This record gives sequence, C-alpha cells and structure tokens, in this order.
Amino acid sequence: MEYFLQQLINGLTLGSIYGLIAIGYTMVYGIIGMINFAHGDVFMVGSVVSFIVILGLGITGGSGSFMIILALALVVIIAMLIASVYNWTIERVAYRPLRGSFRLAPLISAIGMSIVLQEFVRIAQEGRPKPIQAVITGKHELLHRLTEGGEFIVTISNMQILIIISTLALMAIFTMIIQRTSLGRAQRACEQDQKMASLLGIDVDRTISITFILGAALAAFAGMMFFLYYNVTDFFIGFLAGIKAFTAAVLGGIGSIPGAMLGGMVIGLIEVMWSAYFSVEYKDVAAFTVLVIVLIFMPQGLLGKPEVEKV
Amino acid sequence: MQDWSKDPELRVQHLTMRFGGLTAIGDLSFDAGRKQITALIGPNGAGKTTVFNCITGFYKPTEGMINLRHADGTEFMLERMDDYIITQKAKVARTFQNIRLFSGMTLLENLMVAQHNMLMKASSYTIGGIFGSGKFKRAENEALERCKYWLNKVNLMDRADDPAGDLPYGAQRRLEIARAMCTGPRLLCLDEPAAGLNPRESDELNKLLLSIRDDHNMAILLIEHDMSVVMGISDHIVVLDYGRKIADGTPAQIKVDPAVIRAYLGVEEDEDPGENIVVAAAPAKVAKVSVPRVVVQKRVAKKPVVKKGGRK
Repeated sequence: MEYFLQQLINGLTLGSIYGLIAIGYTMVYGIIGMINFAHGDVFMVGSVVSFIVILGLGITGGSGSFMIILALALVVIIAMLIASVYNWTIERVAYRPLRGSFRLAPLISAIGMSIVLQEFVRIAQEGRPKPIQAVITGKHELLHRLTEGGEFIVTISNMQILIIISTLALMAIFTMIIQRTSLGRAQRACEQDQKMASLLGIDVDRTISITFILGAALAAFAGMMFFLYYNVTDFFIGFLAGIKAFTAAVLGGIGSIPGAMLGGMVIGLIEVMWSAYFSVEYKDVAAFTVLVIVLIFMPQGLLGKPEVEKV
Repeated sequence: MQDWSKDPELRVQHLTMRFGGLTAIGDLSFDAGRKQITALIGPNGAGKTTVFNCITGFYKPTEGMINLRHADGTEFMLERMDDYIITQKAKVARTFQNIRLFSGMTLLENLMVAQHNMLMKASSYTIGGIFGSGKFKRAENEALERCKYWLNKVNLMDRADDPAGDLPYGAQRRLEIARAMCTGPRLLCLDEPAAGLNPRESDELNKLLLSIRDDHNMAILLIEHDMSVVMGISDHIVVLDYGRKIADGTPAQIKVDPAVIRAYLGVEEDEDPGENIVVAAAPAKVAKVSVPRVVVQKRVAKKPVVKKGGRK
C-alpha cells in the first residue's frame, strides 16, 4: 500500500508533465487538424533554455529560497517566450504555406521541423547530456510504516509538489481562457468552421498562431519542470516525451483539452506503475500497449466526441 | 435615376468572375440601396451565390469593382480586401445556404463569437480579460446585452444555453441571422434564408427582415427562391441568368418583365418569343400576383423544396 502510494505520487508528477505537452498536440490538432510533430522538440527547447538560464544565473540548491523563486520565475518567462517564438516561427514558415495543400504535406513538414530543432540544439549546445545540481531540494515524509523488509517511508519532494500544483493551476487558467474568454471562443469557432469564423471577423491566421504560442508556452513550462525534476536534459528528450504526450492526447481523445490532461495522467501512471511492479525495460511498451487497446475499443479516446456519421 | 442608385450602400460595377473557361458572372452591375432590401434572384446556377462570394471576399473577382459606402461616407473596395477584414472593417455580414452555425457551442456563445473583435480590443488581447479589467467587463456586458436583444428578437431567449446544433431547422436559420447582426454590419447578405421554412416561419422571417431594415437602417442583400418572401419584402430585385443581369427593378416591374418570364418559364421552340411576352404579360395586369405564382411553381418544381431540418 505504501509502495503504491509512493508510485502514485511519482506517476502523477510524470503525468502532469505529459499532460502539459499533450495539450499542445491536442489544441493544434483541434484547430488545424494536423499533428505538430515538432511539439516534442519545442518542449526540449524549453528545457534546454531553462538549463542555459539557470546556469547563467548561477543558482543552485544552496541559494536562498527567495533567490530561487525569483530566478525560477525569470526562467519560466524566458523559456516560455523563447519556445513560443520557436513554435510561432515553425507555424509561420513550415505549416502556414502548406495549409491549402494535401493533408500529409504539413505532417511531413512537421517531422522535418522536429529533426531541424533536434539537430540545431545538438550542434549549438553539443550532444552531451546537461546535468545540474538540484535546484529545488527537500522533501516531506508522509507515512512511516514498518514492514518485513524494514522501514518504508512515503515521501513527496518539494519538486513534486511544485510540479503537480503548478500544473493544476496552469490547466485551470488554461481551461478558463478556452471557456471564458473571447480568444477561447474564437479558437473553438475556428475549430468548427474556419471560413465561418473569418466571416464573423475573426482573423483565423492569428488565432492559429496564438494557439501555437499557447501550446509552446505550456510545453516550455513542462520542459523546465522536467529539467528541474530530473536535473538533466539533452537535445533528444523531446522525441520520447513528445511521442508519449502525443499518445496521451490520442488516449484522452484528440481535440479534447480535458482529455489531454487526463490522458497525460493515465500515461504517466501506467508508465510508473509498470516500472514499479513489473519491469522498467518495458515501461514504454506498456504505455503504448494501453494506447493500442484503447484505440481498438474506444477509437475516439477517453473523452473525445464520437464521430457521428450523418445519414 | 432609380431610387436605389442615388446613394447606394453597395455598388457592384462590371463584376466578372471566371473559373477557367466558365464565366460564372459576366459584367454584372447593380446597386443595393441603403435601408433597402435588394433581392438577387435567378434560376439555379445563375451565379447568385458567386456574387455573394465575391462581395464577402471568398473569391477575388476576375474583373470589376465592388464598392461599399457607409452612411458616414467611408468607402471600401471590397474586391481588394480579405474576408475577415471585410467583416471587421467594411461591416458586411453573411449567412449561408446551408446552415453554418458553430453547432457545438451554445446559442449565446455563437452570438458572442460574432463580437470577437470588439471584445478582443476591450480585453487588451485577452490579457486584461484574464485579470478582469473594468474595461473588459463593461465591453462584455455590452456584448451580452446585444446578445440578449437579438435572442429576444428571434424568439430564442429561452434556449440561450443550449448547443446550437440542437435547435430545430427554422430556429437555426433565425439564429444565423441574429449572429450575423451581432457583428454590427451595415450590409447583411442572406443566402436563401427562407429555404426549408414552412409558411408560418417564412412569414416570421419576413417580419424579422423588415424590422432589421427599418429599425436598424440596414441594407439587406437577399438571395431567395421563395417568391412570397422576395415579392413581399424586397424594394428592389435584380434578376440573373447565366451570370448576366437580365432585369433590374421594383417587384412590380419584375413581375411583368418579359425577359424574366422567359428565363423562368423557358420559351417553347415553336413559339414566337414575342408572342410569349404578350401572353405572359397580359394576365399580370389583370391579377398582378397570378403570373409570378405560376412562374414560381414551375421554378420550384425543378428543385423540390426539401425540409432539410427534418433529421439531423
């Protein structure tokens, strides 16, 4: 039981990160019906930028807590800004010119952009993994239990608390933007009928750009959290994290934002639980197997709207 | 000079639209008067919707000018503007032949989307909106008031929070018009608003359109096959056939226009066209409505009016 609880905490942490990335996939899919395969690499850019800024500011776990908070706020803003600029640029140069083209064209372009970003970061920042000393340290003991094997302590680290709470907060803000603001309404309108939206005076191109920017900001936040959680990043993390988040988006029902959040959590939990109870080597296999099973029995995903065939 | 040409809201001049070798519209000129309902009629494939597509920026015309002049004197050359800018700046709104509501969104949201630009500006592009600035709240209240006004006007207030897709067909049509009006247009282009409506509903539609014209000083451009709507409310009718204008005038003039009757009824081969005119025009003078009625029925028989809203 204690072991399970501990894994639950770990799984939710990882799931939060996947969920944040998955929102970017699902939103872009919702609005222009393509999978932005470069999104995982935007996450990576966010993570590498965080590395550079943290190193540049010279903060470590030993700095004062006030300093750390201030510095991290700065890191978040810079990482989000830079990742947004990247994603905006990608949309502008690689997707928008292809919008009227056949469906596969932007997809291929997206895969190309993913490779471009990876190679760019590999060349500009070198291929070595980039470790840092943990910035946010400390943990809280939740449960003490004596078992046959000895004492088992369930802990939650400050970093985990930070990730889970900030993710929930971001998702709440984000849901509010989509549901309550005029921008969100415009996005939903573009999702349903771009031509009609433009006839109501909505600048569709700009709305799509904003979607990419918002997605990138969330991915950059996830990238920074990922980096602070594992204290290491490199140019290649975007690939697997991206694929997992994409899986999460599909699992939750692509196009549905609550679905992406839920899917992220589920994928994170499956991955952690599988490595905890079965084998670490097969954790990715387990995550993708669940995807296959869900897609067979619920092709629209967990929260996706079923395609209604009109007769 | 005709009444509508003195100070037209919309002036279309020598509009030509070619698709490859096909000339969908050829050298079309007409005016749509301010505070007037101008109907664009013609047999299927006459190019009526293409005219709308040119006016609202879906198509760039091959030749010609489309001039819009607001009452305050600002002028727009619509043929040079992108579609969303036409709505934003030139204030042209439009509905479609097939209903294009955002069916997943509620009625209220549909109307709020139409006020996007005003709200975006007031919310300082969402940033102010998130923090709930006073300016944004005022703008939002204003927008809500406008939504309420139009929902009341089209009798849909009680369903404000239902998804638009759940409405019956006739109500969806009315909502489309309400949504178009929420963009704050000066020119409203309606593509077959009465299609699929029953007589009572199309009667209500007539009243709604007349009230929009009179209470809101709107210029309305209307494509319609239902002659009871066209003859009942329009001030000015433009008749197209094969992309060319064949007649232009008041309903009374159009009813007896030989070219119009020819286009709708066709001319039998052994019949002398001149004779046909006489035959067609003569009873019209006796009973003004009877001839167009026959015309309409013939016309409708080609394209049966199917109630599209029956199933979803």
